[in-house]
Amino acid sequence: MSKLPLIIKREYLAKVRNKSFIVMTILSPLLVVGMAALVFYLTKANNEEKKVIGILNEGNFFRAQFKDDASLSFIPFRDISLEKAKDSAQHQAYYGLLYIPQGDHIEDVAEHIAFFSKESPGLSTLSSLESVVRNQVREVKLRNFGVPDEVLRDMGKNYEINVSNFTGEKKLRGINEIKAIIGGAFGYLIMMFIIIYGAFVMRSVIEEKTSRIIEVIISSVKPFQLMLGKIIGTSLAGITQFLIWIVSAGFLLFLLATFLGVSMGELGGSQIPPDALDTVNNMSGGAQEKVQLYLMELLNISWGILLLSFVIYFILGYLIYSSIYAAIGAAVDNETDTQQFMFPVIMPLMLAIYVGFFSVFNNPHGPIAVAFSLFPLTSPIVMLMRLPGGIGAGGVPVWQFAASIALLVVTFLGIVWVAAKIYRVGILMYGKKPTYKEMYRWLKYS
Amino acid sequence: MSNLLEVSNVSKKYGQYTALDDVSLHVPKGSIFGLLGPNGAGKTTLIRIVNQITYPDKGTVMFNGKPLQPEHIAKIGYLPEERGLYKSMKVGEQALYLAQLKGLSKKEAKERLQYWFDRLGIGDWWNKKIQELSKGMAQKIQFVVTVLHKPDLLIFDEPFSGFDPINANIIKDEILHLRDQGATVIFSTHRMESVEELCDDIALIHKSRKMLDGKLVDIKRQHRSNTFEVGLDTTNHQALRTALEERYAVSDAGFKSLSDELKLRIRLQPGHSPNDLLHDLMSQATVTHFVELIPSVNDIFIQTVKDSDHE
Repeated sequence: MSKLPLIIKREYLAKVRNKSFIVMTILSPLLVVGMAALVFYLTKANNEEKKVIGILNEGNFFRAQFKDDASLSFIPFRDISLEKAKDSAQHQAYYGLLYIPQGDHIEDVAEHIAFFSKESPGLSTLSSLESVVRNQVREVKLRNFGVPDEVLRDMGKNYEINVSNFTGEKKLRGINEIKAIIGGAFGYLIMMFIIIYGAFVMRSVIEEKTSRIIEVIISSVKPFQLMLGKIIGTSLAGITQFLIWIVSAGFLLFLLATFLGVSMGELGGSQIPPDALDTVNNMSGGAQEKVQLYLMELLNISWGILLLSFVIYFILGYLIYSSIYAAIGAAVDNETDTQQFMFPVIMPLMLAIYVGFFSVFNNPHGPIAVAFSLFPLTSPIVMLMRLPGGIGAGGVPVWQFAASIALLVVTFLGIVWVAAKIYRVGILMYGKKPTYKEMYRWLKYS
Repeated sequence: MSNLLEVSNVSKKYGQYTALDDVSLHVPKGSIFGLLGPNGAGKTTLIRIVNQITYPDKGTVMFNGKPLQPEHIAKIGYLPEERGLYKSMKVGEQALYLAQLKGLSKKEAKERLQYWFDRLGIGDWWNKKIQELSKGMAQKIQFVVTVLHKPDLLIFDEPFSGFDPINANIIKDEILHLRDQGATVIFSTHRMESVEELCDDIALIHKSRKMLDGKLVDIKRQHRSNTFEVGLDTTNHQALRTALEERYAVSDAGFKSLSDELKLRIRLQPGHSPNDLLHDLMSQATVTHFVELIPSVNDIFIQTVKDSDHE
């Protein structure tokens, strides 16, 4: 039928020309990038402020151990009383005063070290001070036992366990997490898209109902065509908006990076969980060849399969949810009535994201991950988090992938059929607040 | 083939609710057909079935001699009672879109829109948004969109609602003009005076069933009660009235006239002819007024609905 393209075109243009849509399209990247810049700036400003701590050391221990670092700087007081030192620290607006008493044994001294400050000191400051004390006490005691210097030096060394699979191939630490993040990003994209543009579909259906144009239209086209055209038109508008966002946000970030000298890694860093960040830090401190290994590993992800499955899961998942949204829009008279139906729609999406982040990241092939990547309402998100591990050996078993897609297709057909029925009856019903029972009855109408 | 539309034994249920129960009717080609009935009688359901918005559970609908098919949609123009337009779309754009949905090419649609916009004098609305127009103005656009694709069958559900008398008249003339050009019109309304004025055939639906249908004159003939309104110029009203009451069923009449005559409504027994009555009256008084009481559509409507409710 040549009417579908007409409907798609109208829906697309109606959406794209909408003022609030245009404003959102332009403003969002500015807002996002602006926020990122602001957060970055604030974090930097916060870190740059050094905490000045006065030290009054009356004994012989800890003479050279408290050294300035990125966040703390120490100013020694000499030959004054504790009371005077406190006064002085307070007057000069120091962060605090560290008092180290006199004593014969380092342990006694350590036990009586005190910290004075106006506000109670930050935990990180305290713990860094404490670790200096702890290390020094240990070193002095070991020395007293006659442990030679080179042994002491070696004791600080870190050991990393080498990871490899049973055939001896080397594995990288944290690579699973990185892969899950990549998959998770795809899944998250699907969820955002469904929530934003599904609601657009719903609102557009409600608009047709309230403006009473619906009966005029469906005397020319089949309701199903109208619903499909609406969903496709709206999603094309959505894709347009997303592309504009990605391109312009990328451009703005690039500008920002050039002007502020901010590296992309720093900006993105805050979103990566600490585990993975550690790995990244370790590796930058470690050998250069490791970076290459990670890059190799990332390139080894079967991007073809991943992108293809993204497209499949995206289309099917989006169609399922947006036809549910369309059916809800058809069943109600105004947007306030949609509330009762929204929760059951949003819930599986939320569940998928949370299960994904808490369970799939740690154990991508555990029972929960498998169950949720098979269940059709959550599989588009959860399965994508598992897929960067590949399909087949070491990744998602082939049968699970096949079953997940098959279940999704069956559900897709079923839900679109049900939604189309509810839509067809609902768009011509006015003035009734629908119940689930009523909607069930509509299914039986011919 | 003299009937454009033939509905045979159509039934439709929504769950437990019966919207149409074994309804049959036929719409002659080139006629204006009045589809009447109280609210909730099933008119809209029937119209939706003809428009293939919904489908009958039982029965058949023939369009121009063939079973109703999806391609017939392009040959039907439907102005629903619940009607509207996209509020934020421009008039011209919207009319083009709706016309194209009915199967017109863009070029064709543009030409015909130009013609109609000129005809109705609304050419300068093309770039306005619907939300800037008044209700009556929007109704005009809707009328144009309904008739634009030159459908064989036009279905108007309360076409005059929202129009002032002047514009209602314009639309009425356009409907008659379209009929003269060969279109068949189904006309659903509660305004009985426009049914009286426009319709050749009618059908009355009540409580999901067809109560009566046929040519309007035939139906009126069936419902006539052989009653005449007479005006009699006489000196003694009471005496004449008493004399007449002995032979006929007499009641008061309330027509308007210039003089103060005796106004009566006289019902004849079967077998009596109007001439007999006239002769009789002329022998007793000067007859100033003599007219057969033809039942109005309004009377027939109310009578039929009341009778069926009492059954």
